[in-house]
Amino acid sequence: MKIAIASGKGGTGKTTLSVNLALALSDAQLFDCDVEEPNCSLFLDCEPKLLEDVNCLVPIIDSEKCSLCGQCSEFCRYNALAALPSKVMVFPSLCHGCGGCTLICPEGAVREEPRRIGIIEKAVVSELEFYRGLLDIGEVMAPSIIKALQAHIEEGKTAIIDSPPGTACPVIATVENMDYCILVTESTPFGFHDLKLAIDVVRQMKIPFGVVINRHGLGDARVEKYCLAEGIPLLLMIPNDRRIAKLYSEGIPFVKEMPEWKERFREMFETIKNQVDQGGSA
Amino acid sequence: MKICVTSAGEGPDSEFDPRFGRCGYFVVLDSESGALESIENKSAGASGGAGIQAAQTVAKAGIDVLLTGGVGPNAFSVLSEAGIEVKIGPSGSVSDAVRQYEEGKLQAISSPNSAPHAGMGAGQGPGKSQGRGQSRGR
Repeated sequence: MKIAIASGKGGTGKTTLSVNLALALSDAQLFDCDVEEPNCSLFLDCEPKLLEDVNCLVPIIDSEKCSLCGQCSEFCRYNALAALPSKVMVFPSLCHGCGGCTLICPEGAVREEPRRIGIIEKAVVSELEFYRGLLDIGEVMAPSIIKALQAHIEEGKTAIIDSPPGTACPVIATVENMDYCILVTESTPFGFHDLKLAIDVVRQMKIPFGVVINRHGLGDARVEKYCLAEGIPLLLMIPNDRRIAKLYSEGIPFVKEMPEWKERFREMFETIKNQVDQGGSA
Repeated sequence: MKICVTSAGEGPDSEFDPRFGRCGYFVVLDSESGALESIENKSAGASGGAGIQAAQTVAKAGIDVLLTGGVGPNAFSVLSEAGIEVKIGPSGSVSDAVRQYEEGKLQAISSPNSAPHAGMGAGQGPGKSQGRGQSRGR
């Protein structure tokens, strides 16, 4: 089973929930898909090691074969190719690696070459297999790293996937093949506003989902009221507890020091499994 | 010789637009024949690579000189490859810009004078304010 932990707003507790849930389950895989600034490892006593490079295939134009017809440049929606009367120029940093120019070239003048855009790292922390992606500085294609990262999901294991914040391409790439999505929020005006954006996304993508309220007690009851009215499962409330905040500040997942929470996370996992088995809803 | 001015609208009276990749139109004047052509800039709303596309458009139009405000590194490399001279700093209308050029008042540039994405107006960028890290410590 593949479970993504997402949120509209940043800083609501995706990583906290991902790490604690993964540690509460036995034999889980944890994936940090926030490849622009992965931070799960801050809470795991580990040093991730390089597993592989992630490459984007960019075009190389053979000027001997090129007839300067310009079809490659016309095709490229990212403007990575400029067809001039004298030559075709390539801008590799704008290329998304779709391969369309290679297919469309009538002269067979385009070949592709890999260009590194990031890496995948791995660490094993006792029972937990941890993977993270890192997008190289200056690169934009987070979704490619996320896809390469998710290729390490093993069938039969439980994959916990820490999503980037927001509702843009990296989030879509993270959640699109999930069995379930947990949306973490806090009951504040911003938290609520962005939660609704995230709900729109998962509904449109037809991914079963439920909501976890973090720092419960902070703010008001608007998220609970909304979920109740919409029939959205409220999976868990994590209280606005000073002990949890202190452990967080020390980089310690709170399930380690507050073992009663292991049981709560497992119960939540069972609730999710049941919801998925019954075909989703919400 | 073909002179191209980046502009907000069509024709000689429209306002000069200092942006290159994301201007509304390219107004091209053939100084020998006096012929005037307004070409819509289809890359004005592109999510990326607008300057590259714009440079391709003006190169295809066969221009010799470009009068604009700012040219980023990618666009500049295409313009150089196409052998187009870039002059910056006009003001007023398209015809004012051409006059300023003919009077030798505009400065030539030999390297990009603008940062990538500088011509993106508010709301056109990828926009990912992530709202992170609030209420840390006290």
